[in-house]
Amino acid sequence: MMDEPAKTKREVTFSRLLGFRELGIIIFIVLISVLIGIRNPRFLTWSNFHDILIDTAALSVLSVGMMLVLVTGGIDLSMESVLALTGMVAGMMVKQNPQLSPLFMLILGLLLGGLLGSITGLIVAKGRVVPIIATLSMMYIYRGITFIISGGKWINAYEMPDSFKGIATERFLGLSKLIYIVLVVYVVFYYFVNYTHTGRKIYAVGSNVEAARVIGINTEFITWLVYAISGALSGLAGVMWVARYASAQNDTASGFVMTIVAACVLGGVSITGGVGTVSGVLLGSITVGIINNALPMIRVSPFWKMALQGLIILVAAIVNIAIARNMEKSQLKRRTI
Amino acid sequence: MGFLEVDSVVDREDRYILELKGISKFFPGLKALDRVDFNLRAGEIHAIVGENGAGKSTLIKIITGVYQPDEGDIFYEGNTVIFHNPTVANRYQIAAVYQQPASFPHLTVTENIFLGHPIIHPTTKKLMWKEMKEEAKRLLRSLGSDINPSVTMSSLSVAQQQIVEIAKALSVNARILIMDEPTASLTRRETEDLYNIARKLRNDGVSIILISHLFEDVYEIADRVTVLRDGKSMGTWNVNEIDEKDLIKAMVGREISQLFPKNKVSFGKELLRVEGLSRLGYFSDISFSLRAGEIVGFSGLVGSGRTEVAQSIFGIAPVDAGKILVEGKEVSIKNPMEAISYGIGYLPEDRLEQGLFLLLSINDNITISIIDQLTNRGWLNPPREHEISNKMLELLQIKAPGIFHPVSSLSGGNQQKVVVAKLLAARPKILIMDEPTKGVDVGAKAAIHQIMSDLVAEGLGIIMISSEMPEILGMSDNIIVMHEGRITGVFSRSEATQEKLMEAAVKVDRLTQVVS
Amino acid sequence: MKYRNSLSNRKLNIVFKWEWLLVILIIGISIVNGRLSPHFWSYTGIMDSLAVFLEKGFMVLSMTLVLIIGDIDISVASIVALSSVLMAMSYKLGLPMAVAILVALATGAGCGYLNGLLISLVPGLSAIIVTLAGSSIYRGIAYILLGDQAIGGFPSWYSYLAWGYVGKTNIPFVMVVFVGCAIIYGLLLHRTAWGRKVYAMGINPVAARFSGVPIAQMKQIIFTLNGLMAGIAAIFLTSKLGSSRPNIATGYELEVIAIAVLGGVSPSGGKGGIVGVCLALILMRLLRYGMGLVNVPGQVMMVIIGIVLVGVVMLPNIFSSRGGKRRTKEIQ
Repeated sequence: MMDEPAKTKREVTFSRLLGFRELGIIIFIVLISVLIGIRNPRFLTWSNFHDILIDTAALSVLSVGMMLVLVTGGIDLSMESVLALTGMVAGMMVKQNPQLSPLFMLILGLLLGGLLGSITGLIVAKGRVVPIIATLSMMYIYRGITFIISGGKWINAYEMPDSFKGIATERFLGLSKLIYIVLVVYVVFYYFVNYTHTGRKIYAVGSNVEAARVIGINTEFITWLVYAISGALSGLAGVMWVARYASAQNDTASGFVMTIVAACVLGGVSITGGVGTVSGVLLGSITVGIINNALPMIRVSPFWKMALQGLIILVAAIVNIAIARNMEKSQLKRRTI
Repeated sequence: MGFLEVDSVVDREDRYILELKGISKFFPGLKALDRVDFNLRAGEIHAIVGENGAGKSTLIKIITGVYQPDEGDIFYEGNTVIFHNPTVANRYQIAAVYQQPASFPHLTVTENIFLGHPIIHPTTKKLMWKEMKEEAKRLLRSLGSDINPSVTMSSLSVAQQQIVEIAKALSVNARILIMDEPTASLTRRETEDLYNIARKLRNDGVSIILISHLFEDVYEIADRVTVLRDGKSMGTWNVNEIDEKDLIKAMVGREISQLFPKNKVSFGKELLRVEGLSRLGYFSDISFSLRAGEIVGFSGLVGSGRTEVAQSIFGIAPVDAGKILVEGKEVSIKNPMEAISYGIGYLPEDRLEQGLFLLLSINDNITISIIDQLTNRGWLNPPREHEISNKMLELLQIKAPGIFHPVSSLSGGNQQKVVVAKLLAARPKILIMDEPTKGVDVGAKAAIHQIMSDLVAEGLGIIMISSEMPEILGMSDNIIVMHEGRITGVFSRSEATQEKLMEAAVKVDRLTQVVS
Repeated sequence: MKYRNSLSNRKLNIVFKWEWLLVILIIGISIVNGRLSPHFWSYTGIMDSLAVFLEKGFMVLSMTLVLIIGDIDISVASIVALSSVLMAMSYKLGLPMAVAILVALATGAGCGYLNGLLISLVPGLSAIIVTLAGSSIYRGIAYILLGDQAIGGFPSWYSYLAWGYVGKTNIPFVMVVFVGCAIIYGLLLHRTAWGRKVYAMGINPVAARFSGVPIAQMKQIIFTLNGLMAGIAAIFLTSKLGSSRPNIATGYELEVIAIAVLGGVSPSGGKGGIVGVCLALILMRLLRYGMGLVNVPGQVMMVIIGIVLVGVVMLPNIFSSRGGKRRTKEIQ
């Protein structure tokens, strides 16, 4: 019934469209790197590149969690506060018990963050509170708890053992350990999202909740799960953050949720659900990392960062919608008799 | 009810794979199923026929665990079972193929087939994509299709998506397969292929429940047939023991002339003319005209583009080409507000989703479209609103305790009348009614038809979209049949027959599609 | 069965209105507050403590409309900051304070208009993402303009706006303005055709469109109003603080949304009214007052406000889902 040549042609254009997005980000990264490099040659050095990777480490980890939530059609504004609360708990613990191993702290971050995320997940999945309201509330609640447990005080660099700070400072084969943590996270989630049944169910829920329910997917569980995962990754990022900046504060990462959303949207994650890739999100995070790193280098005041991030979110979201609409249109054309 | 004397099949075989006894299901204002009995033997094809709103889809949803019955029992191989949810039904190897596929548009064909039951590596629990892709390809081939399993579902046509859905049902080795209007969007050859597949599955011991509008499907492959009407079972027969005439009689239960009080009205001036209207991917080159006093019926299968044409005329979706003329003047309608100002009213197909404000009162629902005209310099003017609402209540004989009650407290038929009242309050000249009697009981149906008849007598023109043959034949002065976004037949009231309409709606050779 | 249940619910709603619960809570908390502080039960005590809270009240009024149409605006706090900063800067650049106040109003309305424009112009771009980006952009611009500085030294009459009384009475000026605004919003929402359409949009956007409600235009107006009210809030807040800086009004979006939801506005749209929202405003102020009496720090207050917001939305959902389960069990 269908003619073969037309079929294969269709497929080629399709894969080209999909690859197009990620290729676009890579070209964008190269382009701005060159432009910034012209203004400040120090930008294009290996050590600066390594700095960017270290600075982007926490963001890359957080973006994966946010992506999973966005894929289900939700949003998690509370990630930055989970990060701060976990970071504060970790900071307080290593202050009291300097002998605690860094690996233990990282795992603790995962678990504590996961617990906090689970609560948010329960509110969304079981309490059926719209994600934006639920996570906005949790953002302030966890931030407030951070303040309560710390009594408003900071944990400073000198109060942390070197082994803990070593998570960020120690290198292995010339690369910071932070980068290895990111690699592990990305390998695990690449596998989880593409090769496990549960991972695919997340996309199914985001693509069509009703259909997901019909084929027997426990949509409430999946909804809960993505918030639990985003919590766990926020917790992990919290420990990484506190180790990297060697301080735990009450306003750690305040407003950082914008950066996370920006990285996701840049990476091609759809805010309406169903679409998002691990590789895209990694590229999105690196792009945001490069922009943030470059701003002081080309002598742009750090006060620009906030507005710029908002602008990135807006423009990237509009571009995503335009791409999706174009694809839809070409599909409609194909459908026409 | 004399037709019930037609010999019902005596339960000769006790070995039913599935048996439903006394199943009832209630919805707000509607008794969707009323003590329905149904049984299914191992290895048979059992057709369920009935008009729209007869309860077919509700019955299917109960068998697949989407709905829970309010009364009655379900037996699976003689044991009582409760299908709490679709997963439980899946466990009993019950699979369904719907006419409008409920798929995952963002995911690939392979995933759409296997997401409910993936091939997983026994030890590593890794999803085995290569194997799934191969299997998907094999299943699609067995259906005579060469859809690439790696493309996303959204890039396929509705017909192709349905083939994927069938492949999905095959992939679970279903023991009970439900096919809901499976051939509606298939070509002649694909239909033949599907018949063969259905027969092959039956011979392999699979039981198939076939829901169909098309008698051809029933007589071609079904072993038994159950007729539903207004939520009640009218009986079950062996297909070779009941002829088409008796089957229609059981489905409709009335003479058509009784049901459709259409009076002959002389036509007035032309109210609406549509020329070469096209919308990319939905319909193309649609031309027709509507005169005062005329009812133009739009027939065709669900998904043939009828609703899209109506919505484009009403300004809901933009057109890419073509002209719309209202009373001889060309107009450009960009949104429903403008359409209403040109005197066009649209009764949407889905009254709950598109017509009603359930939390608002009957009064507020009726006056919403004209609320600006009823105000006193912008301030609400309740006495004027209530006057109009009460008038409408009386005119359309809406059975309600009062205009201040929320519409959610009304029955389906009366809710539909409230939506009609909303349209009429705007004093339209042209009414577009999309499935005007869908999901309402027989009494309300007759009342709505009477209202339509009265309206055209007053000089309105009505475009009626309907999937019910008798309604189209009984109410229309002229009938337009659409298929795949194009007009494939135009018939006057006198020359139209069920067969001619059906032929125009289905049996079109789709060679044209392949050529482009 | 579902049918009968919803009927009885409705009967219950007439007797047991959400507003009455708010009144009871207000009385209850007032009694507790009275026990905690002997100064609580004085006219000036109540009036003044309400007055200093009212800048949020202005924002709640328009947020109510945003929530009723089923949208959300989380950029309001940032709009307050930007309006305040631009107002202060124009005054510093030599413009008369009265003109600077107009700048604040224009800034607020402009930001809101921009939100509305993007939401209604680009289909598929949700209010969530637009106002999330907006919240970063507007406050970001405030930071670009002012860095971490503050601007103060406004004319003395300007502080009258937040602290002054009407004539020789002891009615706070801001209270009069707020009551005026509340009456306007109440009439607009409950007594005009436009208000009817607002509810229709929230209850069923598709049906509203099919009934000829100009959805895009109405969204545009509502988001502009929401920005304008943030501008008004900026004027009174800056007057109260005596100076402007980019980080003012942080966290206001949570409290404003929480008050609206507490006042009976459903975040999924279609429900709520101005009376309930005003009662919730009073309730929230009394709650804060009481917490202040027992020395609860501001951060902890945010925790409690967050819990209130989530709780108010969640509790009815939990009970209704339990009811639903019980019903299906009965059937089986």
